[in-house]
Amino acid sequence: MADDRVVGIDLGTTNSLVAYMGSGPSLAHPDAPGKSVFILPGEDGSNLVPSVVALDRNNHMLVGNAAREVLLTSPERAVYSVKRLMGRGVDDVREELKLFPFHLAEDLMPGEVLRIHLGERTYTPPEISAQILRQLKRNAERFFGAPVKQAVITVPAYFNDAQRQATKDAGRIAGLEVLRLVNEPTAASLAYGLDRKQNGTIAVYDFGGGTFDVSILKLKDGIFEVIATNGDTHLGGDDIDNLLIAVAVQDIAGDLGVDVRQHPEVVQQLRNAVIDAKIALSSRESAEIELELPEGKLYQRTITREMFEQMVQPIVERTLGPCRKALKDADLTVEQVDEVVLVGGSTRIPLVRRKVEELFARKAHTELNPDEVVALGAAVQANILAGGSAETQDMLLLDVTPLSLGIEALGGVTAKIIHRNSTIPASATEHFTTGVEGQVSVAIHVLQGERELAKDCRSLARFDLKGIPPMPAGFPRIEVRFLIDANGILHVSAREQRSGKEAEIKVQPSYGLTDEQVENMILDSYDNAEQDMIDRQLIEARNEAETILTALLKGRRNEAWAQLSASEQGKVDELESKLRRDMETTDYLGIRESIDELNEATMHLAELMMDAAVGGALRGKNMETTDVGEGPEAPHPIGKAEFS
Amino acid sequence: MRAEHFCGECGHVQPAEPTDFFSFFGLPRKLQLDESALEREFYTLSRKLHPDVYSRASAREQAWSLEKTSQLNDAYRTLKDAISRTEYLLQLEGIQLGEQSKTATEQARASGVEKRQTVPAELLEESFELNMLLEEAKMGDVDNNLRSQLIATRAGLTARLKTMQDELYAAWKQWDGGDSKATALMVDVLNRRGYLRNLVRDIDAVLK
Repeated sequence: MADDRVVGIDLGTTNSLVAYMGSGPSLAHPDAPGKSVFILPGEDGSNLVPSVVALDRNNHMLVGNAAREVLLTSPERAVYSVKRLMGRGVDDVREELKLFPFHLAEDLMPGEVLRIHLGERTYTPPEISAQILRQLKRNAERFFGAPVKQAVITVPAYFNDAQRQATKDAGRIAGLEVLRLVNEPTAASLAYGLDRKQNGTIAVYDFGGGTFDVSILKLKDGIFEVIATNGDTHLGGDDIDNLLIAVAVQDIAGDLGVDVRQHPEVVQQLRNAVIDAKIALSSRESAEIELELPEGKLYQRTITREMFEQMVQPIVERTLGPCRKALKDADLTVEQVDEVVLVGGSTRIPLVRRKVEELFARKAHTELNPDEVVALGAAVQANILAGGSAETQDMLLLDVTPLSLGIEALGGVTAKIIHRNSTIPASATEHFTTGVEGQVSVAIHVLQGERELAKDCRSLARFDLKGIPPMPAGFPRIEVRFLIDANGILHVSAREQRSGKEAEIKVQPSYGLTDEQVENMILDSYDNAEQDMIDRQLIEARNEAETILTALLKGRRNEAWAQLSASEQGKVDELESKLRRDMETTDYLGIRESIDELNEATMHLAELMMDAAVGGALRGKNMETTDVGEGPEAPHPIGKAEFS
Repeated sequence: MRAEHFCGECGHVQPAEPTDFFSFFGLPRKLQLDESALEREFYTLSRKLHPDVYSRASAREQAWSLEKTSQLNDAYRTLKDAISRTEYLLQLEGIQLGEQSKTATEQARASGVEKRQTVPAELLEESFELNMLLEEAKMGDVDNNLRSQLIATRAGLTARLKTMQDELYAAWKQWDGGDSKATALMVDVLNRRGYLRNLVRDIDAVLK
């Protein structure tokens, strides 16, 4: 049963989280007593894992806060906001690269999956994301003390097929079975819906670190039916940061004559400074930006909220168009929307709230933490998929495909076969024939998008229908079935109807990894996992050694030390030196052996110390009936330390 | 005759069979339809067929659930909308749809065949005048005079669309009453409606 736990993961542009929904006393969460759905914190106690991956000096992968430190000192050894690169080709990200310090591999071909330099190696975006997912998986496993193998992962509602597939691949690489990809705004509605079950129409405005989504849902007796969704997968808090950085860079060049762009680590510090200012301006009227520059120069600037709002207004305005489009697609007026929910860190900005409340002419809901609500919703969906509970038994999510699916027709135009905002799973069947005598294959180009011309839509895949029996032109009748599954991912199958033969389809995703590539990456990660495991063992062994040595230091100062015989004392001294020598090596097994020996040799000392302690505190009581506790709480001064 | 969705013994999902969308919901091929009852049935079937319910089931049942749910969604999407329901019924009856219908437009596009533009007789004069206005608008700035003319024309067209809807409902009634000749009326209404909608769209593009 414990192995069946399904966690919910919000794989964000800026921060990632893992959450779980379940009940039982063992899951009581200190921060949310009685709550059945909660965030699983990391080792450092923090709910948010920054979506940053870095290599330390020993080429070990770091994720989260540790990686963020590296980003500040050696930006070339860290990657952040990798979500922006998921499922995209080199031509898509040219603009992006001007603002982000991604170092792409030099030999990339158009249409190839991106690879990013990190240390001596290059990694694809799904591999980088897999590192973040693996960290979240570890956090969950640490919390439960049991393996976690299945997850629901959220994606922006407006993610296309390639971006979804890339996210699913990342899960597989991280050793997670991805039971479902859920759209972020829809997940948020589940988290909100859990608390107050009521019917009506809600709009979810989700403005995150790198993406913007808006979804309009109809809630009816536990059914969450998405009516329309819209968004921009490249619009988020990152854009606000980049704008502030650009302004500051100009400012610094003008006032101080320093070209900051020549110093990547200073740019990173500037990025942190503007982010701090941006956050401060959500609760204060002004904020300071202070930055140490090369040659001992100092940049100082006060930004008032008014200046800030003037600067970012155009970015905030860009979110309103998708809102209006979603309303139009849903065939609803603003008055027909009963509630508006705000999701994503960028909705903390007062200007954003004002604009949304202005557009929808009502107060927006912000009761749930906008950083956590998506992960909580993912956990609710995970609970539904795992078989449900009393709380979720009536809940069912009916989502839609955000973009129309089409095929390229003669003249390079798009023929739509599944329209946007169709409830998924959705399907369409199309018939094709040949144009030339004896033609044995037909090429099909699958597209996603709303534009009239194929070249303006997103190319999903090109494939050849092969093995068509030679027949006169126009005679074969090939039936191709397109199916979008509940994850929003496309599947294609084909059949030649006159001969009844299954036509062979080789779908080559335009910007995706092949199954084989993903398999190789999984193997790769296993290799690394082994090295990671060894490193971890070593760290743990050294920690344990530190603990016993500290305890021994205390023991030597205790009066019990004098009660040991000279030979006992000599043995302890000798084994202590041996352990200290072993700690200098990387042989964790050797360290463990020395720890055990020292433990054995100090047993008598520990007993004497315990007797003294218990005797002093509980004079007259019988040892047998005294509860001395267990584990680290027990009065064994030199016991084995516990490590999780 | 309603399509079989579940096993009579265990209540689990059954493999999808080719079926028309009316039969999928156990409905007769009639066009006057209780849309809120259809929605209720859609929700009821969704709760039983959706892949969420089968996420821990065998691969075979998962595949069936996926197929069935896509059929359910396709059927509901087609039937809940008055126009697509009418077009779908005409298709089932083997009737050639008008050149202006949504389906015909998509089909023409997919096959690359040039679409024949037939202007409905009653709209000949109006559409001629409108095209002059639109040409004018494309040439240069849309001044206030031109703008108000376009807005007025648009209002006229929208009112006519409303009348057409009533014509369509009348044709539905005939069809549901057993008059198979109603299909010709429906084709005619859909054809004219499609043409009108294109005109409205052209005006909106200019006014934007």
